[in-house]
Amino acid sequence: MGNYFIPVNYLLKHILKTEVIPSPPISSKTIELGNKYSPDFVCTPFKFTLGTILEAIENGADTIIQAGGGCRYGYYHELQEQIISDLGHNILFINLVSQGKTDLKKLYHDMKQIDSDFNFLKGLYYLYITAKMVKYMDKIDHYIRSNLGFEEKEGSFTQLQKQMLEAFSKVNNPLSLYLKYLKYKKQFKKIKTNKPLKPLKVGIIGELYTIMEPFANYELEKELAKYNIEVKRYTNVHYLLFEKKKQAQKYVKYAKEYIKYKMGADAADNIGRCKYLCEKKYDGIIHIKSSFCTPEIGAMPIISKICRYYDVPLLNFSFDTNTSEVGIKTRIEAFYDMIEMRKKYEELLHRD
Amino acid sequence: MDKLKIGIPRALNYYHYKDLWINFFKALDCDIIISPPTNKAIIKDGLKYANDEMCLSLKIYLGHVSYLKDRCDYILIPRIDNYGLSDQTCTNFLSLFDIVNNIFNVKILNYNIDYCHGENEISAFINMGKVLHKKRWDSIKAYQFASVKANKECKKKVLNSFHKLKSDQTKVLLIGHSYNLHDAYLGQSIIYLLESLGIEVIMSDGFDPKMTNKLASSLSPSLYFKYSKEAIGTIDIVRNNIDGIIFLTAFPCGPDSLVNELVFRKITLPYLNLVIDDIDSLTGIETRIESFVDIIEQKKQLIN
Repeated sequence: MGNYFIPVNYLLKHILKTEVIPSPPISSKTIELGNKYSPDFVCTPFKFTLGTILEAIENGADTIIQAGGGCRYGYYHELQEQIISDLGHNILFINLVSQGKTDLKKLYHDMKQIDSDFNFLKGLYYLYITAKMVKYMDKIDHYIRSNLGFEEKEGSFTQLQKQMLEAFSKVNNPLSLYLKYLKYKKQFKKIKTNKPLKPLKVGIIGELYTIMEPFANYELEKELAKYNIEVKRYTNVHYLLFEKKKQAQKYVKYAKEYIKYKMGADAADNIGRCKYLCEKKYDGIIHIKSSFCTPEIGAMPIISKICRYYDVPLLNFSFDTNTSEVGIKTRIEAFYDMIEMRKKYEELLHRD
Repeated sequence: MDKLKIGIPRALNYYHYKDLWINFFKALDCDIIISPPTNKAIIKDGLKYANDEMCLSLKIYLGHVSYLKDRCDYILIPRIDNYGLSDQTCTNFLSLFDIVNNIFNVKILNYNIDYCHGENEISAFINMGKVLHKKRWDSIKAYQFASVKANKECKKKVLNSFHKLKSDQTKVLLIGHSYNLHDAYLGQSIIYLLESLGIEVIMSDGFDPKMTNKLASSLSPSLYFKYSKEAIGTIDIVRNNIDGIIFLTAFPCGPDSLVNELVFRKITLPYLNLVIDDIDSLTGIETRIESFVDIIEQKKQLIN
C-alpha cells in the first residue's frame, strides 16, 4: 500500500531470520491476475490484494501475512486462502486479526513456526520502532501533500522522500530514527515553494484502501497537484492503527445533526470530516471509494446532503479494476474548472 | 387519546423479527401498519430515493419506508450492530437508521443492539417503550410475551421444514437472506417457479438460528456475519436429504459475495448461483432454473 511496505519490510527483516520478499508494486498484471480469480462483485481491494499475493507467490514467497479489520476486510483471508490452495499452492497464511481481535498466543506460535529463534521482546521493540516510523512518515506525507505541485523545481519532494525512506529503513534504534526524522523535516522545509496566498483547497475523503494505494486511485493526488490544488487527506495508517479508537466517537458527536451511530468502517469518520471541511470553507470535496464498498455507499447520501447544505462542490469517484484513466482525468479537469470559476466569482463578489 | 400508529416496513429486518415486533406492540396497545408485499410501485419509489450502488434489498427497503411515511406516527427502524464479536451484521444494518433519517423527513422509532458495548435486546426494547410513553414494567412484560410467541413461531417453522425434508419429491435447498427469500418480488417468484416444476423447496431460514449459527463453523471457521452464518449452517443439517442447492443473492450483497464463493468451493452438491438485480421479467431466470432442475433430476434417476 503506497510506501508503507518499507516499515513492514523493516519490521519483518529484524524480527525474523527469513528472507522477506517485498510485494511487487501493483501493475496492470496484478489487477488482471486478481480479477481472474476473484468473485464478481467483491470490493476492489480484494482483487488487488489477491493479485499481489499471487505475484508474490510467483516470486517465491511461501508465507503470507495478512492484516484484518472491520466490514468485509476481516473475512478476506479465509477466501483468499481457499482460492490459493485451490490453485495448487501450499502456502502458510498468518492472519493478524480474526473476528475483530488479535490472538497474541496464536500469533506467537505462528511466528515460532516460521523462525524458531523468534523472540517476543525483540519483536515488541521493533514493533515500537516501526510504529514510530509510520507516524513520522505520515507527518512528512502530510506536509508534502499540502505543498506538492507548488515546488520550484519539479519532483524535488518525491526525490527527497525516497531518500528519507531509504534512510529510515537503515536505523536500528528509536533515537536515531527521531534524529533522522528531524533532519529530513528541516530539508523538506528548505525546499522552496511558490504557493499563492489562497490556493484552491480540496479535501479527499473515502474508503481507506483506495485512498492510500496510489495505483488504486490512479494517482489522484498527483493529478490534483498538477492543477496547483492543495490537498488535505486524513486517512493514513497511523490514524487507522492508533487514533481511530479515540477519534471515531468524536466524529459521530461532531456530526450529530446528521448521524447518530457509527456506520461501519470509516463511513462515520468521513461524514464528520466532510462537515469539518465544509465548515473550513474548502473549495471542493472529492469522495473516493472502491466499487461495492458497502459502508461508503451508506455514507454517500449523507455526504451529498451535507455538501448541499454548505454549498460545497462534491465529486464522487467509484474505482474498479477496469476504470480507464482518461475518463478520470476529464472529470478532474471539469471539476477543477468549476471550482476555479466559483472561486473567481466569489472573489469578485467580495471586491464590490 | 388515540392509539399510536407504528409503521413497519416489510423488508430487511422485518423477516427476522416480525413475530417479536408485532406481539410487542400489540401487548403495548399500539396500532401497527405493515407495508404491503413488495410490488412494482414500491420498487420504483425505492429506486428514486436510493443511491445506484446500494444493494437491491436496501432499495426495496427505502421504497417501503416511502410508502409508510405519511401513513403512521412512527416508523420502526432498528440499528442492529452485533450480537457479540463473532455475530456481526452487514454494515447496511448499521447505517440503516442514519440513511433513512437523512433521506426522509419522518419520525423514527429506533433501537440499537450492540452487545459489544453492552446494549442488549431487552434494554433496547425498554428504551423503545420509553419513547412511546409506556411504563418500564409494561415494556418488560410485553417483551417477554413477544419473545415467547416468537419462539413458538420459530418451532413451528422448524417442524414444518423437517416435515418437508421427508417428502419423496426432488428437494432443493434455497440459501439466501430471509429478506430476499420471503420478498414477494425476489424470493417468492422464484419459489413459485420451482414449485410449479414439482420441486420441494426448503428454505435456509426454516431452521433454528441458534443451531445453524454453530454449524456454520464446519464450512467457514472465521466467518463473523450473523445472517450469513445462519444461512450456510443449514447445509450441514440437510446435506444428505437434498438434491441441489440454489443460492439467491441480491446484487451487490457485501457478505454474500465472499461467503458464497467460499461455500461453492467447499460443497460437492450441484448448485446454482442466482444474482438478482432490478428485474422486469423472470424469463432469463426461468430458463436457468429449468435447466438446473433437469440436471438434478437426471442425476437422481442415474443414482436410482
